[in-house]
Amino acid sequence: MTENALDTAGQQAAAAMAAGAPAASAATPSTEGPGRSTVAGPPPGTGGHPPRPTLGRRALALADSLWRPALVLAAFFAAWWFVAAREYVPNYLVPTPGQVWTTMTDQWSELARHTMVTLYETVLGFVLAAALGLATAVAIAYSRTLDKALYPIVLFAQVIPKIAIAPLLVVWFGLGLTPKIILAVLIAFFPVVISGVAGLRSTDPELLDLAATMGAGPWRTFRKIRFPNALPHLMAGLKVAVTLAVVGAVVGEFVGASEGLGYVLLLANGNLDAPLLFADLILMSAIGIVLFVLVEIAEALLIPWHASRRAGVSLTTS
Amino acid sequence: MTAAPAQAGTAIGMSGLTVRFSSRRSQTTALDDVSLDIQPGEFVTIVGPSGCGKSTLLKIVAGLVRPTSGEVSLLGRPVRGPQKEIGFVFQKAALLEWRGARANILLQAEMRGMDRAQAARRADELIEMTGLTGFEKALPHELSGGMQQRVALCRALLHSPPVLLMDEPFGALDALTREQMNAELHRIWRETGTTVVLVTHSIAEAVFLGTRVVVMSPRPGRIIRTFPVELPAHRDYAQVMSDPRFDRLATDLRGLLGSAAANH
Repeated sequence: MTENALDTAGQQAAAAMAAGAPAASAATPSTEGPGRSTVAGPPPGTGGHPPRPTLGRRALALADSLWRPALVLAAFFAAWWFVAAREYVPNYLVPTPGQVWTTMTDQWSELARHTMVTLYETVLGFVLAAALGLATAVAIAYSRTLDKALYPIVLFAQVIPKIAIAPLLVVWFGLGLTPKIILAVLIAFFPVVISGVAGLRSTDPELLDLAATMGAGPWRTFRKIRFPNALPHLMAGLKVAVTLAVVGAVVGEFVGASEGLGYVLLLANGNLDAPLLFADLILMSAIGIVLFVLVEIAEALLIPWHASRRAGVSLTTS
Repeated sequence: MTAAPAQAGTAIGMSGLTVRFSSRRSQTTALDDVSLDIQPGEFVTIVGPSGCGKSTLLKIVAGLVRPTSGEVSLLGRPVRGPQKEIGFVFQKAALLEWRGARANILLQAEMRGMDRAQAARRADELIEMTGLTGFEKALPHELSGGMQQRVALCRALLHSPPVLLMDEPFGALDALTREQMNAELHRIWRETGTTVVLVTHSIAEAVFLGTRVVVMSPRPGRIIRTFPVELPAHRDYAQVMSDPRFDRLATDLRGLLGSAAANH
């Protein structure tokens, strides 16, 4: 709708210009009064943007986007509760949601501490992976030599089974945070590199030609054209990376740790403490979901102009 | 409007330009011994069939493509690398998706490190002149093709370049918008005195806008003939279209381009 409105206004403006052209050979633009009034159809500044939704309408939109996932989740919990409460599966294998809830509230301070440890490892790993991945993507996109030199290493780092090198990392770096963060980086790094390279290479060659005739150096061209242009791709890679970083941190904790959700999971498994195990799993997933949503919010703020964010239809959860 | 300073001598000089592209299997000659001198303030239009190397010619002048042999000079200086003294407009508007119309125009200033206040004033002037008022903040996808091309034109004119190179700038527009843009470009050229080289497929566009029309042959591109356009400097679109001189020149061009394509 908006676009059509702009279109017609544009044609009118153009028509006014064309008609005004012969008469205004020596005239300055400001004397083309009559044509000007048709041009200024939409007030300046609001051109093309829909009105801001009111608070009530926003709440409605939020409710509209939430009721479907909420319904599915409720159905899932109901089924779980039904199966567990009727003991179709032994209670020591699948506890009831109530038991899990009780465990979580009773041991909340302990669980919160372990959650913070895993969260810390994940976030640090993710941030490092994002920085390293972007730097590698820039090197690959800008230099053919580095492209050929780095790609095999990047690919090798991706295909090597992380769970297999986890024990080695523990031997090398001990039981502290280091091996977990390294694993999180290793596992989250690849999608950032791939999406970054794809994004940086998707720059319109004419824009690069244009930048050259503007006399801009490589840094300005990167900052003003190539990097913003790569952001939509990059954000997609970061969304994958952030969920993978959680996996990396937990795998690291499995192999050798004295704290963190992965450590608690092993402990609960050994003690056949199913309620604790389930509570732990829920917390791990919560970390992934919260971080994913945060990256999505960052995406909405950074690239509101992009096609994937324009229409009301969202390709993702939020 | 500030007129570009009159340059002594030629604005663009090309002599013996030849370009060969070699791929693994074959070698193609895109341009063959092209020589052309363009005086300051001229509006030279280049017509020719697709693939005759017209766009390559513009890129050579801009310093974006190196000729295999031959010499180019811009404003009296030999062209070695990308040139800054020009404005370039492509067939696609090539706007930054994330910037509004005004910010897209100001990209030119940011990339060149121009004085901010001065660039902002100049941008407002151009917005006013091209009828973009009211659309300053509209993103490219919210603008029609004609409006996008206006933004690209403003961006190319922001730094008041003495030479404007245009590569089929209105090729993607509908016929009506195209005529309007032609009339606008003619007015802008008259007001600024910029030297313009415009590559086009449209004979009407070439004749209406040009002070000289250069006709090129199919690949390998050569200059077949150069026609002076004997129309007044100040042209009105409707009048020019019904002018017998326009008809005669257009017919000549059509015949020449037809025979050039037939002989190929």
